[in-house]
Amino acid sequence: MTIRVPVVEKIMSANDRIASQNRARLDNARIYSMNLMASPGGGKTSLIELTIKNLAELLRLAVIDGDVATSIDADRAASAGAVAVQINTGGECHLDAVMLQSALRQIELDEIDLLIVENVGNLICPASFKLGTHKNVLISSIPEGDDKPYKYPGMYRGVDALVINKIDLLPYVPFDMDYFRRGVEVLNPGLLTFPLSCSTQEGLDSWISWVLQQTQSNRII
Amino acid sequence: MHELPVTQNVLEIALRHGKAANASRIMSINIVIGELASIVDDSIQFYWDIISSDTIAEGAKLNFNRINAEFECKVCGERYKLQGNELVCPDCGSLQIDIVAGKEFFLESIDVE
Repeated sequence: MTIRVPVVEKIMSANDRIASQNRARLDNARIYSMNLMASPGGGKTSLIELTIKNLAELLRLAVIDGDVATSIDADRAASAGAVAVQINTGGECHLDAVMLQSALRQIELDEIDLLIVENVGNLICPASFKLGTHKNVLISSIPEGDDKPYKYPGMYRGVDALVINKIDLLPYVPFDMDYFRRGVEVLNPGLLTFPLSCSTQEGLDSWISWVLQQTQSNRII
Repeated sequence: MHELPVTQNVLEIALRHGKAANASRIMSINIVIGELASIVDDSIQFYWDIISSDTIAEGAKLNFNRINAEFECKVCGERYKLQGNELVCPDCGSLQIDIVAGKEFFLESIDVE
């Protein structure tokens, strides 16, 4: 005889459980953490480099870099002055909570104030896998086009801040900022945004001050 | 493409609940997927056939209950579904909307023997 057993369990709950353990470890060590997501070429590594260079004298930084292969990004973060750990996902298109858990074991957590996790360049999968970081940040860049919120709603819905990178290219690329922002507003009302350019460093100051302020208030609490 | 870890989660949840119910076999697994959940059910089925072998869930039928995305305007109360790309309220043009359906992704029940 067949019996129906009610389950009603979120399918991502196993990952979510480990994500909350990661958060607890980070909180115990008083580390403020952010998960940076973007499509390939969106400017994750460049923004991380600039963030390290601007904050290295004020904060102790670590970067965990997720990539399908190579350690190019972790090398760039290390030469900018951060403790850097590379995770090669070996084909997986995102980081998950288990990968972050093992990367955290490679860092002296008590010696870090700010942890930046660079997710794999992808606008779909990373949105489904919580890592346990305090903030999820998306970098969108002008050449990607103004329709990205409409095409990747899951990603735009789940983030706490949005960096709009490469604004120096606005005069050269068809990009309707109103259309873009309308999509963002529907999916994530009132989302904090940082329009900036990693090349010209226009707008970078407000991003840096925000990261600094978030990290410092985390240390005081 | 992250359907492999997703499918592993489905298997883990199904086996845990099957065991708790003293099942000798899991016949079917009922999954609810919202339109906005970015999950491809064909891929889950593909991985399922591989990873469920040699478990009590081997050969279980995966039933997917798809939920369409649905929005509700906070200003005029209009309820509407996705129409092309535009997400704003088709009635009053407001940007203040709630997603009332379409984010679901959970294992609803299993049928066991």
